[in-house]
Amino acid sequence: MELSLATRTVAEHTVLEVGGEVDVYTAPRLRERLIELVDAGARDVVVDLERVEFLDSTGLGVLVGALKRLRTAHGTFGLVCAKEPLLKIFRITALDQVFPIFPTVEAATERDGSGPAS
Amino acid sequence: MATVRLSFSPAPVHVRTARLVGVAVARRAGVAEELLDEVRLAIGEACTRAVTLHRQYHLSELVTVEMSDSDSYTVRVIDHAPIEASVGLTKLPPDELADESLTDDALTTGVGFALLAGFVDDLQVRPVEDGPGTEVRMVWPVGRR
Repeated sequence: MELSLATRTVAEHTVLEVGGEVDVYTAPRLRERLIELVDAGARDVVVDLERVEFLDSTGLGVLVGALKRLRTAHGTFGLVCAKEPLLKIFRITALDQVFPIFPTVEAATERDGSGPAS
Repeated sequence: MATVRLSFSPAPVHVRTARLVGVAVARRAGVAEELLDEVRLAIGEACTRAVTLHRQYHLSELVTVEMSDSDSYTVRVIDHAPIEASVGLTKLPPDELADESLTDDALTTGVGFALLAGFVDDLQVRPVEDGPGTEVRMVWPVGRR
């Protein structure tokens, strides 16, 4: 399935819902959208991965890039992911120690929920 | 002997095709259903690595994926980039992953290798026999023969 991207606002957080496959072909579109959001002033960003069917190292690199960008802008960045296959990818790469990962959008958008992007 | 051989120009759009074919052949070969997500990810990572190297070195040669199911399911992903490009494949420690000085390419390479090593028990990265290039060889058990 092709990449799908949709943005909404929840509790003053910008939530980017990602669906489909995030790989070496589609990841540049995700990178562009995240840069656009930060350039447009978004500072508390949550990326919802619940509808992602495939995520590779290129996609992970884009997410780390967004984390760094928001850290520089004194913002926050969190992920929503409850799927075990995706969580395993974060564990194997040790990126579960880098990203705040929440089981639901509600948990990620609670006040101070996503914490500092560091 | 390869059961299926796929060669594709080094364009990101074809990596998905390689994943789909790799999983289809794995399923037919008898790889356990619960391993197929890992097979898909590993073939994708190996092909992404090959495509990235070919683009980095401006190589138009085809990337080759060979799938064989003689005793186990063996996938070989072959690139033609200079061998030194494969040096430095290593898993990055967590405190370096979000370090500002780490480039996006270095991060993606390190994370990609971590995924390959993490998902493939039987993994070898070795020079190709003729000319420049490396072969990423991955083996999975099959449940029925």
